[in-house]
Amino acid sequence: MSLLREMYYIILGFLEGFGACWLFLFRILSYTPSALMRPGLVFQQIYSVGAMSLVLIIVAGLFVGMVLGLESYNLLSRFAATSAIGSGIALSLYRELGPVITALLFAGRAGTALTSEIGLMRATEQLAGMEMMAVDPVRRIVVPRFIAGAVSVPLLTVIFCTIGILGGYLLSVMHLGVDDGAFWSQMRVNVDLVEDVIQSTVIKGIVFGGAISLLAVYEGFYAQPTAEGVSNATTRTVVNGALAVLVLDYILTSIFFHGA
Amino acid sequence: MRQTRTIEISTGLFILLGFMALVFLATKTTNIQTYGDRGGYSVTANFTNIGGLKVRAPVTVAGVAVGRVLGIKLDPKSFNAVVTLQIYGGYQEIPDDSTASILTSGILGEQYVGLDPGGSDTFLKNGSTIQYTQSALVLEKLIGQFFSKATAPGGK
Repeated sequence: MSLLREMYYIILGFLEGFGACWLFLFRILSYTPSALMRPGLVFQQIYSVGAMSLVLIIVAGLFVGMVLGLESYNLLSRFAATSAIGSGIALSLYRELGPVITALLFAGRAGTALTSEIGLMRATEQLAGMEMMAVDPVRRIVVPRFIAGAVSVPLLTVIFCTIGILGGYLLSVMHLGVDDGAFWSQMRVNVDLVEDVIQSTVIKGIVFGGAISLLAVYEGFYAQPTAEGVSNATTRTVVNGALAVLVLDYILTSIFFHGA
Repeated sequence: MRQTRTIEISTGLFILLGFMALVFLATKTTNIQTYGDRGGYSVTANFTNIGGLKVRAPVTVAGVAVGRVLGIKLDPKSFNAVVTLQIYGGYQEIPDDSTASILTSGILGEQYVGLDPGGSDTFLKNGSTIQYTQSALVLEKLIGQFFSKATAPGGK
């Protein structure tokens, strides 16, 4: 009987968090136009969550692209079809690997920083101090960080994909001797502008970026104002963020490719 | 002041880099040239079998892309595939007795429509139909023909 009760509370707790997250999102969105009137705050956050993640994204993209090149070469050379290597790398990067890996790295690199920063503000009563001065902390602290995350992730995703393509090119054409022309021309034939680049890469990037930033600022804002509370909130950001990205990825993919 | 400028410059660079990457992906790695209106006129061709032909596949003369496949539908009476081809504006003088065939580029390549120009003095224009067509080769039928020939009496 106690097991059932336990499950009941777990489900209730999940629903509570889920609903609170959505309410928080609507609150953020209602402040978004006024935050865009003061772009300085947003730009500063784009610097700290986006530009500072660039090196990580570039190194990861390079190696993911090279591994994809190696794996596809290994498989395709059995069928003497190494000319398809370019389109294979591009499609796997654009459709799944680029958006998902970028979002997971972003959750680890920037999501944790957002949560612990806001959580620490909560713990050291800076947020309460702002409220005392009639400054709305959601408007001043949370909204610019959310917008910065939702803008940075799609940009980081396309950079990741570009570096990945170049990494795959370096490995397969320069190192393994795949034909240069076939690499690019097969890619151009098989990659669709709207279906693969716009829908998959860009839209997935925006959705994942929004989801991770929302979870990060939500966890930070409602963190227990103790050292342990902030550390738990940071952990939850990474765990829930990663799960949210993977679930959303499945949902978006099944919407985009329902016919195929 | 110095600190702020560094932040602004790196933020600007980051956003710029992102958009440059997007432009690179869109122009260098996708079929962007099949989008957008290139003008021209459209003609139709009936095929008994189009194999795996897809919308936006190229239409070529002697290997040069002169158009693309606009639409594919089924004629409900004759059960033929009606393929609408868009020929770009620069190619006005394609003889109206040209042959359209569905070909494949390479073993794993995609299918495209190849036009073999005829000798007529009148040219294809908007709305005209290509009379002579050659359908896609279906591998199973080909193999079937090969075997029925090889096992037929007198065959070897």
